[in-house]
Amino acid sequence: MSRERYFHSVRLEEDKCKGCTNCLKRCPTEAIRIRNNRATILRESCIDCGECIRVCPNHAKVAVTDPLSVINGYEYKIALPAPALYVQFPQVHHSDKIIASLYKLGFDEVFEVARAAEVISYAISRTLINEDRPRPVISSACPAVVRLIQQKYPSLLDNVIDIMSPMEAAARIAKEEAAKKTGIPAEKIGAFFISPCAAKLSDVRNPIGIEKSSVDGVIAIKDVYTQIQAHVKEGFTPLEIERASTVGVRWAVPTGEAEAVGMRHTLCVDGIENVKHALEQIEDSRFDRLDYVELLACSNGCLGGPLTVENGYVAKSRMHAILRHTPDKMVQKTEIFNGAHEKFRMTQEIEPNESQQLTGTMMERIIKTARIDEIVRGLPGLDCGSCGSPTCHALAMDIVGGHASEMNCIFKLNERISALAGEMVSLGASTRFAVGGNRQDGTPDKKED
Amino acid sequence: MTMIKESYPVKADDMTSAGDVSARIKRQMKQLGIPASVVRRVSVGTYEAEINLVIHSDGGRIDFEISPEKITIRVVDQGPGIPDLKKAMTEGWSTASNEVRNMGFGAGMGLPNMKRNADEFDIQSTVGVGTDITMIFNI
Repeated sequence: MSRERYFHSVRLEEDKCKGCTNCLKRCPTEAIRIRNNRATILRESCIDCGECIRVCPNHAKVAVTDPLSVINGYEYKIALPAPALYVQFPQVHHSDKIIASLYKLGFDEVFEVARAAEVISYAISRTLINEDRPRPVISSACPAVVRLIQQKYPSLLDNVIDIMSPMEAAARIAKEEAAKKTGIPAEKIGAFFISPCAAKLSDVRNPIGIEKSSVDGVIAIKDVYTQIQAHVKEGFTPLEIERASTVGVRWAVPTGEAEAVGMRHTLCVDGIENVKHALEQIEDSRFDRLDYVELLACSNGCLGGPLTVENGYVAKSRMHAILRHTPDKMVQKTEIFNGAHEKFRMTQEIEPNESQQLTGTMMERIIKTARIDEIVRGLPGLDCGSCGSPTCHALAMDIVGGHASEMNCIFKLNERISALAGEMVSLGASTRFAVGGNRQDGTPDKKED
Repeated sequence: MTMIKESYPVKADDMTSAGDVSARIKRQMKQLGIPASVVRRVSVGTYEAEINLVIHSDGGRIDFEISPEKITIRVVDQGPGIPDLKKAMTEGWSTASNEVRNMGFGAGMGLPNMKRNADEFDIQSTVGVGTDITMIFNI
């Protein structure tokens, strides 16, 4: 799979878009503009969080994922289910049935991402104990949050833990084990993430912190939901695979990761606006005494992902029921954990994304800023979005950037129309005076200057 | 030559808007593309100063100036002034009330934190007149 710098799974289906302002106002990075009555996504600023998918009343925003048929390109097919999959189905209190049904979809093997989460928990905790990192250390598991930090909080990039996500680790461990077990060459083994998350496909196509992802496809939970549900009703033979413990499964629930990492002073924040607020405070050094911060773009964490079917709150309560049936003790072989903090360490720097900064020399940027401030002072300050930019400030930036004009503001346009209308009235009056003699209303002529 | 110069008032005891001025200054620095490490230091210094104005002063203002070489933050209040500057500059020393401490402030790190983050730091204070702080950050 080629690396595409601005590949995005979140897309617009243009014919469904009515050009309303719902997505415009909710985008956390101001990455949407309405132009010519249609939304457009600014590719370099979108973080694939999926907020616009949730709020679009016309379902014009979608997340592109791979179809199930993507697995047919590989000789040996491994499913990597996110634990969020286990809580999508009513009346299913044991995840065994759901895992068994994945085999019926055509997979040769199932490797729970929760198992890799156990390994990653160990790798993170070991790094935190042995290495001196700026506090608080910030989780890198949520791809939308990492992209948000790159763009809006680049001073915190050093705080982001340089350990791969459980999804990535799952693909690597599962493929290695499968190659050893079956003798099939690694390139013929495919690993596919069963995803609640809109950002994961972008994270696979355009990974951060690693050269290339080992995940070969991302399949949306909602796309396999009905098929799994049909299989769940059938009987199944008990599984003989290693299962994840509560340490890994809990990662799906907010606070689960922070608990699994096992540090004393931790914080978990879910929901993108709450995450932004927390990052502002971390930047102001207000959380320096915390060890680890788990930040999740979706409210209810991965259980609230845009590619899930079940309500995130229902999913959370069901997850607590499943956790009661899940063993607390990890059963995985110890060799999987050996050296995990090295094996699953990121190999590339996480770079800042400067797409929303002004360009030019420092002096040019200062002049542009002064101009933006001046334009903002002339705008109504209602942040209504009618101009197609999310706020008056964003419109001012767009004007200075050459992408919009002051007349995009309907209030400015109104003012201008009134002024023009006034001019036309007085022009009309002066024309009558000049032509003279043809007035019908009998009022005396008033001298115009 | 200074190109951007702004002044923001800060009200005493107004915890609802405490942090607004430093957030605004931070937004502007990010938009300007000031290096992330400088943004971080200015943000910490300005936030501490703003909280100090709200908690300890009778109200004041924060002036923000930016030139291609440096960022200057000046914090001026209308009193009451600091009787013992040396003590106030000591880490851990604070006159904050219990109420304020319960909100997580008043750890006595405010002034030392400002000094540590700024490249140049100057403080003048006269009891009955007020306090005048200047922080300079090189870009």
